[in-house]
Amino acid sequence: MPSKKDAAAARTTTGAAAPARLAVRKTYKLFIGGAFPRSESGRTYVVADSKGQFVANAAQASRKDARDAVLAARAAFGKWSGATAYNKGQVIYRVAEMLEGRRGEFAALEVPESELDEAIDRLVWYAGWTDKIAQVAGGANPVAGPYFNISSPEPSGVVAVVAPSSPALLGLVSVIAPVIATGNTVIVISDAPRVAITLAEVLATSDVPGGVVNILTGSAAEMGPWLASHSDVNGLDLTGVADAKLALELEQAAAETLKRVRRPAAVDWSADPGLAPMTAYLETKTVWHPKGL
Amino acid sequence: MTATISPLSEVTRSDAALRTFLHGLPGVDRVGADARAAGLGTRSIKTTAKAWAIDLAIRMVDLTTLEGADTPGKVRALCAKARRPDPADPSCPPVAAICVYPSMVPTAAEALRGSGIHLASVATAFPSGQAPLKVKLDDTRAAVAAGADEIDMVISRGAFLAGRYLEVFEEITAIKEACGKAHLKVILETGELVTYDNVRRASWLAMLAGGDFIKTSTGKVSPAATLPVTLIMLEAVRDFLDTTGRKVGVKPAGGIRTTKDAIKYLVMVNEIAGDGWLDPDWFRFGASTLLNDLLMQRTKLATGHYSGPDYFTLD
Amino acid sequence: MSRFEYAPAPESRSIVKLQPSYGLFINGEFTDGAGSFKTISPASEEVLAEVAEASSADVDRAVQAARRAYEDVWGPMPGRERAKYLFRIARIIAERSRELAVLESLNNGKPIKESRDVDVPLSAAHFFYYAGWADKLPYAGFGADPRPLGVAGQVIPWNFPLLMLAWKIAPALAAGNTVVLKPAETTPLSALLFAEICQQAELPPGVVNIVTGAGETGAALVNHPDVDKVAFTGSTEVGRIIARAVAGTKKKVTLELGGKAANIVFDDAAIDQAVEGIVNGIFFNQGHVCCAGSRLLVQESVADQLLESLKRRMATLRVGDPLDKNTDIGAINSAEQLSRIKALAEIGASEGAERWSPACELPERGFWFAPTIFTGVSQAHRIAREEIFGPVLSVLTFRTPAEAVEKANNTPYGLSAGIWSEKGSRILAIADQLRAGVVWANTFNKFDPTSPFGGYKESGYGREGGRHGLEAYLAQ
Repeated sequence: MPSKKDAAAARTTTGAAAPARLAVRKTYKLFIGGAFPRSESGRTYVVADSKGQFVANAAQASRKDARDAVLAARAAFGKWSGATAYNKGQVIYRVAEMLEGRRGEFAALEVPESELDEAIDRLVWYAGWTDKIAQVAGGANPVAGPYFNISSPEPSGVVAVVAPSSPALLGLVSVIAPVIATGNTVIVISDAPRVAITLAEVLATSDVPGGVVNILTGSAAEMGPWLASHSDVNGLDLTGVADAKLALELEQAAAETLKRVRRPAAVDWSADPGLAPMTAYLETKTVWHPKGL
Repeated sequence: MTATISPLSEVTRSDAALRTFLHGLPGVDRVGADARAAGLGTRSIKTTAKAWAIDLAIRMVDLTTLEGADTPGKVRALCAKARRPDPADPSCPPVAAICVYPSMVPTAAEALRGSGIHLASVATAFPSGQAPLKVKLDDTRAAVAAGADEIDMVISRGAFLAGRYLEVFEEITAIKEACGKAHLKVILETGELVTYDNVRRASWLAMLAGGDFIKTSTGKVSPAATLPVTLIMLEAVRDFLDTTGRKVGVKPAGGIRTTKDAIKYLVMVNEIAGDGWLDPDWFRFGASTLLNDLLMQRTKLATGHYSGPDYFTLD
Repeated sequence: MSRFEYAPAPESRSIVKLQPSYGLFINGEFTDGAGSFKTISPASEEVLAEVAEASSADVDRAVQAARRAYEDVWGPMPGRERAKYLFRIARIIAERSRELAVLESLNNGKPIKESRDVDVPLSAAHFFYYAGWADKLPYAGFGADPRPLGVAGQVIPWNFPLLMLAWKIAPALAAGNTVVLKPAETTPLSALLFAEICQQAELPPGVVNIVTGAGETGAALVNHPDVDKVAFTGSTEVGRIIARAVAGTKKKVTLELGGKAANIVFDDAAIDQAVEGIVNGIFFNQGHVCCAGSRLLVQESVADQLLESLKRRMATLRVGDPLDKNTDIGAINSAEQLSRIKALAEIGASEGAERWSPACELPERGFWFAPTIFTGVSQAHRIAREEIFGPVLSVLTFRTPAEAVEKANNTPYGLSAGIWSEKGSRILAIADQLRAGVVWANTFNKFDPTSPFGGYKESGYGREGGRHGLEAYLAQ
């Protein structure tokens, strides 16, 4: 539902003088299961640039888009979680490569250069974690008996994430990368549609299997409750939620199916993230086997 | 009793068939089997149950002497003890059998005459079994001829470990034939077979070949009888009865010295094979020093105070 | 031939000196509570003692005591010193192990052989293990300077009263937290004896507080604003309420909830050990085990043979007096639990599954349920989906490994699972695919202080045991 301000922005844009060559605009859609569908609701919302100028009609994802995204994420989970850690690392490194190659697009979206650097470097950091986290978070347990006993981290499953509004790119990368590096699949709600969907294009061209990352642009208040209460969602990352009341509602909804929840937190997005973003969506599986001749 | 059992007669047709069958038996997880045996070992047998178990254990003893230094005098003394384990108490039952080397069988046969106590003799180049088949057969026939009604043979562990199962099978069937009416106990020498999988396979091999009893050990190799090994063998006789309809006995031998140990074995017999095996015809203890401990505990139960070794005969 | 009848072999009760009434353990002393309730022996329904019921004001006193102890004594104390207190506690538990075992069996109904050989020694071992962590926390992998959280509010169930207490208190104290613990309503006595052990160990007052009571006492503890950490073991139903209650707070939470574990037996399994594993999996502690192997998934090709062996084995189980050293299956913990088990068993029968129990005589007084299996169960049956928390096994069959995994994972729970096969590569592949926090391969219901325990999905979150168990009690 466009506000008066959005409508004004739209008029201003159309009132500009005709350029020598008319630019071909990008249609900002959603990113679900590796495809770029429009919202099933048919809704869009106006995106303006920092000067208030109309720049796009972004897809406004709905409850049903969230449902489809969960289906896509669940369908992708088996293969992605079962991929070798080496393979996952290579895929995430490939995302970094692609992002590096598309710096210009993000610069055009007013993403500061330093943030771009951080975002790329963060992807590289997580690419390197895929085949190390199991050794850091797991290991052999010296039980008092003739048993082989080993604990290994395994992905929780499908994780829903509300991305922080800012920094748009670094925040988005920082919430997606740890979740997929550990073998989960993810549904992200972003309110920065141009950055989010441009990143989706990067993901779509970097060997990330369809459905591993799903991006819904629109309102966390609208889609959040559906994802928080969805029985087939295993985790919920609310670190990026600024609205405390919304975060509370979402955590309460998540309690019904005992989701792993990260609460809102003041995050320094450029600092070393530590292990917590990864371990939040890792389960420890401990396997016992007797040792006998 | 026929040497080959009809439901399984095919499996002994060739080395390959026998191997396929033995290796197709369910595996044994050592840790699980040890834990099961240890668990049964925590059963607490008290008062009336203990008295009953002690008398049964005495009746199951194969009172054994297998020494190079055995003499007719020693064997005669042992036979006397077998008849009346506790001279002070006529209610004390006799043991199941005397177990001696073949050279001592005539002496023992004489000493046991009319007692109903069985006379077992080790044969087949005991304890190593490393002799030509002919020697083993002669050894067996001589012992039977001299009056043994039970033969404790050893299997060729070398042949078994080398995978020549049919050779072991044929040797047992040949000895069984040489036994005539005498019962055949087949000693697996589980301490040399080492793995429980081997114990299970050797148990089945011995039963397929017609053994009347399967026995853990010669007593000359360590470890001798253990609870878990006996557990595996009790499972084998139980399953063999289910499969073939033929019942085979079990004899742990060597290293069972205390009443407490003997009762653990009886609990295991009761809970693994079932009470059908709680009978000297189907379960024996190969032992020498065990008997005196059983007698001491028996006296303790009867009198209410602890006894001492000086009050029981050392033969 | 005659039968080997085991004469009664009861463990002596005289080692336990029951008091007529017990107070709340707050700030190192036993104090009166707002009300009181009776605690019984589920094997005889005999009243064992009167126990104080903590009101929210009592809980508040306990939390305040814990806060003071945290700020003044336990928090600032060097880890090396904390360690020595925990080592002391471990030793005293071992010294008083017989007394603890008898008391546990009396109040819980579990067989003395289990309280004696499992609950109590593992409890001592748990304290011994975490004692050693107290001065090594920077090496645990949770940052260079991990800090305690503060006051932990802990609510534990009735199935392993002392062991669950150890699982909760040992890591909390090692990490430098103080605790207020609420034992289950039906099994408060071993926790109160533990309070006495804390006194013998000269643990500073307020470091451990025990508040007895029912659900309301637990709610008061969980909801207390000055509690920094909530740890709960119990039903998924209550776990949901707690997760909801702490939403939006700063409280860190770990939940160890229900399960419906699949115990998968392949056709190449070591059958005799598999049968033992099945029996241990479902009849250990009367099946009052969240990780019980309550769904047997057996490969169809060996199902008949396995069931025959299982029934033969079940016929040797000895049900009766928990204090008899030969008892394998004791009393159901409460009338309430017994009626739940009965209700679900009725449903199993009415839904068409075939019910079987060995012949066994159950005592007249007390709460008893014969070991029971249901065959012909499908995934659609309620007894295949709901946690019964009793000695009731549902038997299902499968044809292929993929089907076994699919059925095993087809549940909202994910606490534990079992695999029985002699083929190593199959075990490892299946273990990888099972969505469960503990996978026992060729064994079942094994626990160790060094081994992390906890569930996936609706079986809760967080791990107890091992290095992992410290995470719940440290701020990173």
